[in-house]
Amino acid sequence: MRELYQRLQSLFVLGELTEQRANLFFITVEKDRLRPLITHLRDREGLRHLVLLTAVDWLEEGQFQLTYLLCDRLTRRDLGLRVMLDRANPVMESIHDLWPTAATYQRELREMFGIDFPGSPRLDEEFILEGWNTTPPYRRDFDTLEYARSQYAERAGRETRDPETHMRAQLYPESN
Amino acid sequence: MKPELEKRIVRTPDGQEFEVDPLRDYYCEAAPTVMPAAYGKIVEDLFNWARSQSLWILGFGTGCGAIEMRPLMTPRFDAYRYGVQWRPTPRQANLFIISGYLSTKTLKRAIRSYEQMQNPKYVVGLGSCTINGGMYWDSYNTIKCLDQYLPVDLYITGCMPRPEALLQGFEDLKKLIRAGKCEGANKYSENFDWYKANQKQVIHDWDMPDYNW
Ligand code: SF4
Repeated sequence: MRELYQRLQSLFVLGELTEQRANLFFITVEKDRLRPLITHLRDREGLRHLVLLTAVDWLEEGQFQLTYLLCDRLTRRDLGLRVMLDRANPVMESIHDLWPTAATYQRELREMFGIDFPGSPRLDEEFILEGWNTTPPYRRDFDTLEYARSQYAERAGRETRDPETHMRAQLYPESN
Repeated sequence: MKPELEKRIVRTPDGQEFEVDPLRDYYCEAAPTVMPAAYGKIVEDLFNWARSQSLWILGFGTGCGAIEMRPLMTPRFDAYRYGVQWRPTPRQANLFIISGYLSTKTLKRAIRSYEQMQNPKYVVGLGSCTINGGMYWDSYNTIKCLDQYLPVDLYITGCMPRPEALLQGFEDLKKLIRAGKCEGANKYSENFDWYKANQKQVIHDWDMPDYNW
């Protein structure tokens, strides 16, 4: 894995490296440097499987993080590529021509986070939600609880207990 | 509105042209009506007894609870011995089990299916999700109180209820039917506007007729 990283470093401009495990590394790359790198990894380094494409909302930093996780099944190693996007204008190049499955992830990210991937197939069609008309629900500034309260009727009399304290009181009454 | 529901001109193979308005031509425009008991008490009691002996469930699973209905079809629990069986289409079923959390997307399908069922029809809510939201009480996409949207005759508690609880629930439902207390379809017709208003409040892209019969 180290060796792969060093090889990549001589070819590409790479950002921060995180060594999660011996066979799982994460590398941050610039938004427009992703495509050559990911193509190289797929075609030359055997990381042929796109395991997932997902996003993290860094609300405080004003950024979205995209994570492209690639896997090489023969040598059992994974490499994650992190791309930071501007939260105010989240647009990313689509990679559906490299992996057709990426189109599905991109549709989901478009719907749940509002990240745009111009050119990706069926991007503007509804994916899971129907008739959603407010902030995309996975954004952290979307208040799920408030939305659920205002949208859906509730039945009175529902009690919520903290599982830990409740079970401790039930099972070990003497410890309180 | 979905394109297939819009008004359009259709050409027949022999060259005639005519206008189709799917909402008017393919669906019944009239809202459901209350159907009062047609006969005297003794005959209705007999009917209700007969109805209670054939609960035909619409095979439509909505949440995790649907998984508990499958064992009932197997020899171990064998719900068929109680006159309960599953049907593939709403037209053949009279019992709709909402088997758990209902997302607004599924609610839309559930409403369409419910309205297509023949009278008399019954609705059973399975699990805490249908009662008060269960563990999905703070979800952005699931309803929390089923009886706001469909007329529920009986709830079965649990998360999720075991097959035995379901069998017990069927027996309780039978008692209610025999007592003539399962008037859900009439309740739905009576409060049709209220139900529709509640449904439309959570389903934002209402692209179907108001009554899908
Ligand atoms: S009540 Fe429990 S088992 Fe049933 S749908 Fe809800 S979470 Fe799932």
